[in-house]
Amino acid sequence: MVGELILLGHGGGGELTRRLIAEHILPRFANPALDPLTDGAVLANPGGRLCVTTDASVVQPIFFPGGDIGRLAVCGTVNDMSVMGARPLALTLSLIIEEGLSFAELDRVLDSAAAAAREAGVPIVTGDTKVVERRRGDGLMLSTAGLGVLPDGVDLSPRRVRPGDAILVSGRIAEHGLAVMACREGLAFSTPVVSDVAPLGRLCAALLTLGEGLRFMRDPTRGGVAGVAADLAEDGAVGVELDEQHIPISPAARHAAELLGLDPLAVANEGKIIAVVAAADAERALALLRADPLGREAAIIGRITAATPPLAEMLTAAGGRRIVQRPHGEELPRIC
Amino acid sequence: MSTPAERLATACAGRRVTLMEVCGTHTVSLFRSGVRGMLPPSLKLISGPGCPVCVTAQGYIDAALELAGRQGVTIATYGDMVRVPGRGGSLAEARARGADVLVVYSALDAVAWAAKHPERQVVFLAVGFETTTPATAQAVLDAEEQGLANFRVLTAHKLVVPAMLALLAGDGGDGLDGFLCPGHVSVVIGSEAYRPIVTRHGKACVVAGFEASSMVAGIERLCEMQRDGQPGLDNRYTVAVKPEGNPHAQALIDRVFESCDATWRAMGTIPGSGLRLRAAYRRFDAAVHYRLNTEVDDDPGACRCGEVIQGKVEPKECPLFGNGCTPTNPVGPCMVSSEGTCAAWFKYGR
Repeated sequence: MVGELILLGHGGGGELTRRLIAEHILPRFANPALDPLTDGAVLANPGGRLCVTTDASVVQPIFFPGGDIGRLAVCGTVNDMSVMGARPLALTLSLIIEEGLSFAELDRVLDSAAAAAREAGVPIVTGDTKVVERRRGDGLMLSTAGLGVLPDGVDLSPRRVRPGDAILVSGRIAEHGLAVMACREGLAFSTPVVSDVAPLGRLCAALLTLGEGLRFMRDPTRGGVAGVAADLAEDGAVGVELDEQHIPISPAARHAAELLGLDPLAVANEGKIIAVVAAADAERALALLRADPLGREAAIIGRITAATPPLAEMLTAAGGRRIVQRPHGEELPRIC
Repeated sequence: MSTPAERLATACAGRRVTLMEVCGTHTVSLFRSGVRGMLPPSLKLISGPGCPVCVTAQGYIDAALELAGRQGVTIATYGDMVRVPGRGGSLAEARARGADVLVVYSALDAVAWAAKHPERQVVFLAVGFETTTPATAQAVLDAEEQGLANFRVLTAHKLVVPAMLALLAGDGGDGLDGFLCPGHVSVVIGSEAYRPIVTRHGKACVVAGFEASSMVAGIERLCEMQRDGQPGLDNRYTVAVKPEGNPHAQALIDRVFESCDATWRAMGTIPGSGLRLRAAYRRFDAAVHYRLNTEVDDDPGACRCGEVIQGKVEPKECPLFGNGCTPTNPVGPCMVSSEGTCAAWFKYGR
């Protein structure tokens, strides 16, 4: 077993650390900013407004259907910048490893993070590695930061949405959260639910071509579509009306949510955008999304209204109406 | 083709109809599907004692918390129980203070975990109605077969029909025209189990599933029975529910458990409404092993959960509802559980 597992010493800053970086990290992430291994990466100043974001990734299990913690960390950070309308320039990646993690597992995560970064077209320019004692680290935790440039004139915010605007989602909802939860609990479904984790830069760039007509974008991660709808109502001081029958969801995800007693609207996504666009641009926005493989199942799922007090509501498939609230904390499966 | 709202209006035809949905999953589904919002004004639907967490006596919650604080004990529980407040906080808070609390989906997961961790004393919080009881029974049988000495259950399993009968024996049945009977529970006990409610108390009973169409069909049927003055028994969930139920699950329950009197939150002791382990399996009983009394009940102050679960008041009639008691900071279990009436009203209704 010796030589196959990461030891406390790999985080000590000495020879073991140097070898870990030289043999496992550099070959996967090589780029001109990272390669000199200086204390900080040096980047050219792109000019204009910068967008900075940071993420902490903890997920159990670290490998799940459709992805792993490495892909999740990279995509999560890239997507936060993309939905702001920013063009990502560079990422940082720090590893907090629990001693005893195997090199094989670490390599798989690093391969996956590198592949996601290539897919997103963003270099990982600096990072850090720490090893914590057994039982103090949950296997592997990642911390990332992202730097992007925000083009002139881009201003996306809930304050810009207006009654009449259309609400779109870029594809089927709830798949990431359900995939992780089903995997964590060892639940096997005949049609497995697979995480949707993906970088959204291309889809966001396509929507940005709408210019003024694009009001707001967000990736509905934790809190799901329900969380974004509630935020929009509250921060934009508008009514949000969703049409349940137009919200795309796979039968497998619907059944998994039913079994777990969860509302799919409140379950996390890692590869979807909620966008609000001017009514006149709705069809064009839909076409832009559907032209991309990641947005093939995009749909117009609702509208902004002038309702007072500001409230997010759903018109249900059965023809009823109900309030949509952000979930309150840890989503827990129910008893029966 | 008429809409669900039109069908309900036609069936009710402006008459005053009062129905109770017994099951917590129905409470949530009625909100989530929007069916509750389309009920005609004269049709009143009240929530009954069908949320497993909500009907559990305070003494049980406190006993679980006490166990969680003990050295070497791992509490295995369904997720719903984690945030229910007891006298010394909730299991979530106990976990943050260092208690070992494991969320499981099935009693069988708890047994498997116990087998892998012989150094821990595993206590499974066995709550719920006839839906979860067969799994607990199987877990006890598995633990026995594997010779596990570190697995026990803290039981508070309850029976639905005795609670409905107790409600009717008191003043809970006044003005009630019928029951929308639970889907999942009925899969196990069968639709015929509700017969005494019809014959003894003259209240209509219709079993329904959880899809909007099934719930609407069930409510429609109950309205028709009320209109005709002929309260009967019907099943609108025939794909899953048979008149006799699931004999295998019933036999499993009967092999491991026997009926006993049980304490319900704020409803007091209801004869024959609970289940305890038979003598042959008593060594798996955590209450016996740790000498705990789970059958005491004292409701926290102004909280009206007890009346909410009996359908006596609506959540908004409780002074704490949305005002000191929210899903983020719950006072009573009705606001915690995903099936709790107060949580459903707060989340979807207000």
